[in-house]
Amino acid sequence: MSEQALGVQYATPGQEREAVTLGMWAFLATEVLFFGALIAAYFNYRMWFGGEFIAAARMTKVVLGTINTGVLLTSSACMAMAVSSYEAGSRRSPVLWLGATALLGVAFVVIKGIEYSLEYREHLVPALNFDLARHGGVAEIFFMFYFCATGFHALHLLIGIGLVTWLAIWIGTGRIDRTGSTTRLIGLYWHFVDIVWIFLFPLIYLAGRNG
Amino acid sequence: MHAPHRESYLSAGIGLRSWLLTTDHKRIALLYFASITFFFSIGGIAATLIRLELITPQGDLGSPDFYNRLFTMHGVIMVWFFLIPSIPTTMGNFVIPLMIGARDLAFPRLNLLSWYLYIAGGLITVTALLLGGVDTGWTFYEPYSTFYATGYVILTIFGIFVAGFSSILTGLNFIVTVHKLRGPGMTWYRLPVFVWSTYATSLILVLATPVLAMTLLMLLAERVLHVGIFSPQLGGDPLLFQHMFWFYSHPAVYIMILPSMGVISEIVPCFARKSLFGYEFVVWCSIAIAAIGFLVWGHHMFVAGQSLYASLAFSFLSYLVAVPSAIKVFNWTATLHEGWIRFDAPMLYAFGFIGLFTIGGLTGLFLAALPIDVHVTDTYFVVAHFHYIMVGGAVMGYFAGLHYWWPKITGRYYPEYWARFAAILAFFGFNLTFFPQFILGYLGMPRRYQSYPPEFQIWHVLSSAGASILAVGYALPLFYLLWSILKGNRAPANPWGATGLEWSTRSPPPPENFPATPTVVRGPYQYDRGKPCMQAGHV
Amino acid sequence: MQGFPIWPARAGAYAGTLDFLYICLLVLAFLTAGLVIFLLIFFAAKYRHGSNAMRGGPSVKTWRWEVGWTTASLLIFFGLAVWGASIYLKLYNPPPNALQIFVVGKQWMWKAQHPGGQREINELHVPAGQDVRLVLASQDVIHSFYVPALRIKQDAVPGRYETMWFRADKVGRYHLFCAEYCGTDHAHMGGWLTVMRPRDYGDWLRAAGGQQTLAAQGEQLFRRYGCSGCHEPGGTVRAPQLEGVFGSPVPLSDGSVVIADERYIRDSILNPKAQVAAGYQPVMPTFDGQISEDDLAKLVAYIESIGPNSGRGAR
Repeated sequence: MSEQALGVQYATPGQEREAVTLGMWAFLATEVLFFGALIAAYFNYRMWFGGEFIAAARMTKVVLGTINTGVLLTSSACMAMAVSSYEAGSRRSPVLWLGATALLGVAFVVIKGIEYSLEYREHLVPALNFDLARHGGVAEIFFMFYFCATGFHALHLLIGIGLVTWLAIWIGTGRIDRTGSTTRLIGLYWHFVDIVWIFLFPLIYLAGRNG
Repeated sequence: MHAPHRESYLSAGIGLRSWLLTTDHKRIALLYFASITFFFSIGGIAATLIRLELITPQGDLGSPDFYNRLFTMHGVIMVWFFLIPSIPTTMGNFVIPLMIGARDLAFPRLNLLSWYLYIAGGLITVTALLLGGVDTGWTFYEPYSTFYATGYVILTIFGIFVAGFSSILTGLNFIVTVHKLRGPGMTWYRLPVFVWSTYATSLILVLATPVLAMTLLMLLAERVLHVGIFSPQLGGDPLLFQHMFWFYSHPAVYIMILPSMGVISEIVPCFARKSLFGYEFVVWCSIAIAAIGFLVWGHHMFVAGQSLYASLAFSFLSYLVAVPSAIKVFNWTATLHEGWIRFDAPMLYAFGFIGLFTIGGLTGLFLAALPIDVHVTDTYFVVAHFHYIMVGGAVMGYFAGLHYWWPKITGRYYPEYWARFAAILAFFGFNLTFFPQFILGYLGMPRRYQSYPPEFQIWHVLSSAGASILAVGYALPLFYLLWSILKGNRAPANPWGATGLEWSTRSPPPPENFPATPTVVRGPYQYDRGKPCMQAGHV
Repeated sequence: MQGFPIWPARAGAYAGTLDFLYICLLVLAFLTAGLVIFLLIFFAAKYRHGSNAMRGGPSVKTWRWEVGWTTASLLIFFGLAVWGASIYLKLYNPPPNALQIFVVGKQWMWKAQHPGGQREINELHVPAGQDVRLVLASQDVIHSFYVPALRIKQDAVPGRYETMWFRADKVGRYHLFCAEYCGTDHAHMGGWLTVMRPRDYGDWLRAAGGQQTLAAQGEQLFRRYGCSGCHEPGGTVRAPQLEGVFGSPVPLSDGSVVIADERYIRDSILNPKAQVAAGYQPVMPTFDGQISEDDLAKLVAYIESIGPNSGRGAR
């Protein structure tokens, strides 16, 4: 995708850049509502079930979750470096930073996979092997939320990894970005996925661990 | 791009591929027109069968299961595959870029993707319905729909889920287009109200639909995996489903009505040859309806087991959301004062809209009153209320806009006297169909009943009689509009003497919309003693 | 009764109260719609293209009109909201000493249990002039108990108790409908509310059987399910005594306090770990899935019968 003609609907590249940026922000707004609905439902149960629900949260792997938080935050820092070095004009730097971002993203997914496999072994996966007799229905609902929330998050992260990898290759092979904003927009997406995790982590992992 | 001088978007490129792979917003609008008409017909057939069944008190047109599937199909198709997309994807797509002086939407390929997602979702749901359907009602209440309903719940819901992405992308496209692609001189306060209404609708599309997506996914998870997220058997909360569902579905009804209001706001000034009364008020009322509309969902749950305080709050907020709609009705009426009024078909439909929407909206005041709602919720009173707004309002607005922009879209006039006849027929048929249902509702006739106590019969008979007239009123345009494409008189650029930018270009428009980008020099709906002052300074 | 029914029967004074609000709203609606439609027709006629009406008068200050009709709408709507809320609050607060009847909805029938142990299916007999409180439960999906002549309905939600109350004043037989779609025979899930003169109601109670009161049946269940093993003096496990509990505040282990109403009793039986009484271990087993709604009603009636005299739970 080298230099492309400007779409007929745009008068200037600047206009296209503004439109594409606003489009990304609008898209992120939809994602906020998407995850927000899930989080609102989670809060409903947390308030309704109280202690039992929070007790179930203690069965999550907080050490792995915390490591993952660090991984994701670092990846966001790398992404921010990629964006700023790209906009400063460099071409090698962004590719390296983007590579680091993607690698950290993959690390996150791997650690998440380890968590999932541990939970599978402990019979905590609803609909697969959840031990209802031992943990109870409230815990099953908690773990439904756990898997749904972290699962959707991981899905979004995988998409992000794909986008970042593609971008790294694209920049690395010398393509020119007509709008000049693609890197920044993918950065926005990545940071958003990070922010979702920042909400999920305390809600899911830290519930009931404060004393 | 460098088309010959007299080419229109219709003739630029022939063959199936040029249509199925088009990124021209005008062609995409026509793709939507065709598919929406298809889905409307399916929903209409279901309605016909329902009204046939209800002529007699006992169930004689099939089993109770069949009837339950029928009204579910009617609701699902009409809500998600007709009403929600209707005006935005057809007239919105066609007219918005023209109205703002742009050459297309911000993201034309995304626009095409929206259509394909809509078709995919529609085909999935129709397949589910043809395979035997679903009997949950379009509201899919728990735990019935997850643990008790038989039928193709998963497939139907998946179809709606896919179509939801079409909604989101369309809304996103419009928001960016209105913000960033307005032509020179087109400031926000010079935008026609139809653009503002579509913008407000798009805000709702973008913010409410994702909540539906998550709700449907949770429903699917429960049905597929048998985990009790909402089902009390497994410790879940059935009311949580209702809260999540209505958090989307109430704003959804504003998705259905706001574009129609926008259409009326275009038609009334044009056919009264007068500036719209209180333009700024009408504009901000659209935004207010969208915003406050997010705060009233609990009025669907007054008897559901919701807390007292929640019910009180939702009642007050529901009264609040009625205010901007009332303001609009007064503004449209005031626009007629000292005008030069013509009664072409679009204006007849607009009159019908104002009258019927007023009645429907007033009955909303009944429903917002807590104790009255306790009596009439889940009865035909509610059915009548929302049909007055959706059919008397939204569908009438759809037909109004269809006739208004028909010359622009096709380059042809439709036959005026047939159109007026159909409008009047539909108006009378509509009232005969739905007014008796208010009486039925207060009498206590519940909804979703195939059979009913015999004393209710007279009102059902009248209602079904009205439905047969309404059906003719809807079928007629199908025939004469199609006829007009081949045989109608050619229409000029501005057959109605309106002022918007879309009337500054040819009928039908060239592929690039305008030979040269127009510059806007004045606000909309300016008339000088009945003569239109076009928004475009030059074309 | 065939013919042209316009108005539903009124089984009680409340129906009259509601009808008055409704009629006022009807008048308001007719006047408003009438005004709008009149103006539409009037302007359409007077200002039709080609008429010689006066146009181009002095330009109107539109904002005066806007403020005017906005304010008028707000005031009227606010008034309606307050009026409606005040009537609704009456619905929400049942009077004390109401006759309590347990109703269970299930696909596709209504079952009622009177305190004297009388059982009905798809029928409800009540005495005229007596406050009646219904405790609604559902055995499967959401149903809704609706009597148009009383002008009230309430959803029966599975997994919890909902309550409603009414007072029927007029002797007669009135339709009972299920008003929340619940499956195949939703339209057939109805019956009759029969309001009787108190003496006739007494005769009916005697004729309808009821060897044992609901509370007495509940006491039997209390022993059969082993509740007395812990909850009576000399029990093997230390558990709260239940005499005098109903309707009283109960401190919970998390520091909050709840009133022991039907909901609390039912939840304690089905999900005892959710709200544990302060000072006790969470060792009560759950009876979820083991006790039917009918039996739950009996147990609740028993616990209520051993509560303090004015024991009747808050909503």
